[in-house]
Amino acid sequence: MAVKQLTAFIENQPGKLKTMVEAISKADVNIRAMSIADTKDFGILRIIVSDTDKAKAALAASCVTSVIEVIAVKMTDKAGSLAEILGVLDKAGVNIEYMYAFTAPADKGAYVVIRVDDNVSAEKVLKENGIETLTDAEIEAF
Amino acid sequence: MPNYYQPEIETASREKILEIQNEKIVKQVRHVYDNVKYYRDLMDAKGVKPEDIKSVDDIKKLPFLSKEDLRIAYPYGLLGTDLKNCVRIQSTSGTTGKRVVAFYTQHDIDLWEECCARAIVAAGGTNEDVCQVCYGYGLFTGGPGLNGGSHKVGCLTLPMSSGNTERQIQFMMDLGATILCCTPSYAAYLGESLAEAGYKPEDNKLKAGIFGAEPWTEEMRRGIEKSLGIKAYDIYGLTETSGPGVSFECEEQTGMHINEDHFYAEIIDPETGEVLPEGEKGELVFTSLDKEAFPLLRYRTRDICVLSRKKCSCGRTHVKMSKPMGRSDDMMIIRGVNVFPSQIEAVLLKEGYPPNYQIIVDRVNNSDTLDVNVELPPEQFSDKVSDIQAKEKSLEAAMRTMLGIGPKVHLMPPHSVERSEGKAKRVIDKRKLHD
Repeated sequence: MAVKQLTAFIENQPGKLKTMVEAISKADVNIRAMSIADTKDFGILRIIVSDTDKAKAALAASCVTSVIEVIAVKMTDKAGSLAEILGVLDKAGVNIEYMYAFTAPADKGAYVVIRVDDNVSAEKVLKENGIETLTDAEIEAF
Repeated sequence: MPNYYQPEIETASREKILEIQNEKIVKQVRHVYDNVKYYRDLMDAKGVKPEDIKSVDDIKKLPFLSKEDLRIAYPYGLLGTDLKNCVRIQSTSGTTGKRVVAFYTQHDIDLWEECCARAIVAAGGTNEDVCQVCYGYGLFTGGPGLNGGSHKVGCLTLPMSSGNTERQIQFMMDLGATILCCTPSYAAYLGESLAEAGYKPEDNKLKAGIFGAEPWTEEMRRGIEKSLGIKAYDIYGLTETSGPGVSFECEEQTGMHINEDHFYAEIIDPETGEVLPEGEKGELVFTSLDKEAFPLLRYRTRDICVLSRKKCSCGRTHVKMSKPMGRSDDMMIIRGVNVFPSQIEAVLLKEGYPPNYQIIVDRVNNSDTLDVNVELPPEQFSDKVSDIQAKEKSLEAAMRTMLGIGPKVHLMPPHSVERSEGKAKRVIDKRKLHD
């Protein structure tokens, strides 16, 4: 199952990120994972949160946001497991746009968030190869 | 030692020049009235008949022409002769509305090139010189104008056109260029590039440079003169009147002599349109006295400057204009190219962006930079950096097509482009263009 990622456009200026994170915290939403892509002119904040709708509403006034679906894969803590996941996607011809990782204190698990060009194919091949993915409900429950 | 291309006219007495102008204006107004319906209508609306114009003193009775008239009359509405008599067009970049398309008969080309020849000779040019022209060739008037002037003087002409600095330097050094024609910012850049390549100012054979098509300061002039080991001369013109050579500097370097036998200059109050007395600062207005194909009368240049009839040590008697001190409209000159904010706005609207933008012009390493900050509409937002960068590239390409020069586009979050009260501050020009 794919999970929701909230994406926000940030001006590359001091204080901008802080304002956004504060708005999310005021809405009592917990950030599970995050990554920022930066260019000279702007940043793109990508977060997985406990309540995507609430976080999006909290940011609506201050920035442009969008919600897209990404895949969060549970990894086994051993050498070669990421290579194995990527190998599966590669074999299916799924292209990876970007990825980032997080850990969940609840199950001490390591997770990798993968943004691919084709969620349906990715989920299908991961499932076929017995690789577990997270759902929105699981993330909310963390 | 003063140098003249046409001494009899360049040093003619004031009375002689007036006599020439008076004779030409009577004919020219008749020519325009009979052949240019657009201007005839303007004259009729103002109640002015060709016979009312007996001398240049009567020019003030004539209606003005503005860029707006050129837009309305595009492309043939201001043509003064049959197309079959025309041999060339030149043009500025831009949208249909802002683009100027000027027509030339062979007579018009000859007088334009003569004006450029006067400028080259004033800078010390003779048939023994090697004249390197690195203004752009093509629709832009810079290259063709100086190229033609250089031919008339009999210089060995290097038609380099703009860009490719390595090749410019190679030709300059290998063929011993003695006169350089380009924009002042490119001259400064060439100076730096020569130094970087290990050349000292005395290593080149250049003696003079004729630089125009964009504003530059006295400080920049001294820098160019030092880095290239030359004397730098200013030249002025616009496509509407012909191109470069409407006026040019002599060795005194205190203003540009207007070729008054071809162009009658007035300074007006840009608000009221009233003619101002000599020495007062205002908008420069030109009347073409003898062009056939594109004979603009009382064309408002939007350039703000001052005219002076103070006796010049070079012996030329033609009136001198100061460097333009600013504009009475929002046109910017960037890398020698005329740019209007409205052109950028037109591209944004066409490409589906809101007209929330800011233009930042600067000069870095002697070259103009153009940055456009554009607000990204929410529906165009993507989580992928590559998507947003592709949008920036695509906007840059569309603007390059429209403007003729390439800007750097920066997409910004909505509401991040600064708005001042009521009216957005569209342009920030950080260049120091005027002394």
